[in-house]
Amino acid sequence: MPLPPAITDREQLKNHPAVARLTDWNSGAVQEVKFDRDEMTIYVDRSSIRGACAILREDPSCPFNFLSDVTCVDWYPSEPRFEVVYHLLSIPNKERVRLKVRLDSSSPVVESITSIWPGANYFEREVFDLFGIRFTGHPYLRRIMMPEDWEGYPLRKDYPVEGYR
Amino acid sequence: MILNMGPQHPSTHGVLRVILEIDGENVVRLMPDIGYLHTGIEKTCEAKFYQQVVPLTDRIDYLCPLTNNLCYVLAVEKLLGLEIPPKAQWLRVLLNELTRINSHLVWLGTHAMDIGAMTVFLYCFREREEILKMFEMVSGQRMMTSYFRVGGIALEPPLGFFDRVRDFAGYFPDKVDEYENLLTGNPIWGMRTKGVARISADDAIALGATGPTLRGSGVDIDLRRDMPYSSYDKFQFKVPVSQAGDVFARYMCRVQELRESIGIVRQALDGMPEGPIKADAPGIVLPEREKMKTQMEALIYHFKIITEGFAVPAGEVYQAVESPRGEMGYYVVSDGTAKPYRVHMRSACFANLQTLATMCEGHLIADVVAAIGSIDIVLGEIDR
Repeated sequence: MPLPPAITDREQLKNHPAVARLTDWNSGAVQEVKFDRDEMTIYVDRSSIRGACAILREDPSCPFNFLSDVTCVDWYPSEPRFEVVYHLLSIPNKERVRLKVRLDSSSPVVESITSIWPGANYFEREVFDLFGIRFTGHPYLRRIMMPEDWEGYPLRKDYPVEGYR
Repeated sequence: MILNMGPQHPSTHGVLRVILEIDGENVVRLMPDIGYLHTGIEKTCEAKFYQQVVPLTDRIDYLCPLTNNLCYVLAVEKLLGLEIPPKAQWLRVLLNELTRINSHLVWLGTHAMDIGAMTVFLYCFREREEILKMFEMVSGQRMMTSYFRVGGIALEPPLGFFDRVRDFAGYFPDKVDEYENLLTGNPIWGMRTKGVARISADDAIALGATGPTLRGSGVDIDLRRDMPYSSYDKFQFKVPVSQAGDVFARYMCRVQELRESIGIVRQALDGMPEGPIKADAPGIVLPEREKMKTQMEALIYHFKIITEGFAVPAGEVYQAVESPRGEMGYYVVSDGTAKPYRVHMRSACFANLQTLATMCEGHLIADVVAAIGSIDIVLGEIDR
């Protein structure tokens, strides 16, 4: 069964609840949209991620009120190197959406969303620990998996799988 | 006073360390400290072929290996756009529900033992043993089953397997009555659990709690029913929800889930479709042994899958399943090669653990043990 091609045209996807809501709020914040394998991805400008999450959470018709996951993908050596990935779920509408923020390796910093979902706390700490992304406004940004004095960020692609010996 | 609980402590279910700031018998502040079991599974996955990741997913959560197997293979199948034959899907559902029962039995046994009810542990492990024997029958392993494959399942279940499951499904509800008889109406159990470690629905959602921890607070969501995968939409079952949000509510949710799960197992047995157990995808699914030995083409496919894996079209998927502990999600990114570019596991326990501080702060130190038991954590899954 061949896969249908991904849709990246904003016009075609403007009726999706999350896309419509974000475009209404701030059209400039939405950089790109992608609908692939039945999953919606929205690339959000790094400065608007906190606002975008707050707006989606309070959407009256389709509230994305649950934060499933925060993680990161390292696209070393290309730039922008990091993609921080947020998976939101709408419990009333049973709908998912994925938000992404692209970050350069020169300043891997993004605003924390712990003020919207306190549950982002551990997820962001994990991303900080394993990728070295800094979340501004995070209440307790410390290593969570690795020891406090660990050097380097293990899940980055330039970190060897077997570790430094 | 600062009190250190764990990482070696009988009631933290593994190597969880909890730092407690206490004032007399009351907890002022609670901070979980994790990472003692961090093995870098996500990093290891990036160095393996897609099919080689399946055994790694077992090791994340030793109580529900098949749920993790299922979630990972579903994610890869979604990336590939593979259609799975009905029999394989139903077998997956059957085994997943047995896994859920297995996991809930360990939870019930250890949770009750933490609070002081020793007998339940022995009762639960009696039935769990039978489930582990069934797993051994189908996969050759009691715990690290690795039974599902991308594109189907590894082997046809052996003769006598379905009879054995049917036998188990016949007597298991009576056993649940036995556990309930020991606990549900027991006044000591009630005093240790009712009104203890409460969490409101809003707090539970904000903190990312899922599964019985969320349903115990009155939020009616179950991914099996609401976002069905692997033919779950063809099964009838109820989703138990309790309103109180305390330890007892979470206990009731899980105990009722035991009964619902055995109902799903029975439906799966009765309606088991006939047909193949592997998808028709020669470059992805290993050919049958017989064909591999007699046909040139099958031998080539076999050789290629083993030595160079199979390429997966570039893209990304997030696949979530309802594990016994909540939403288990796999985020798999492919760059078009035979090895996953990134595999991230969204662990239910990892998020559920964050609710512990809200549950315990301002309450008695003895209730911390009950609270930890009630969120049913597996540290292997938290630390990965």
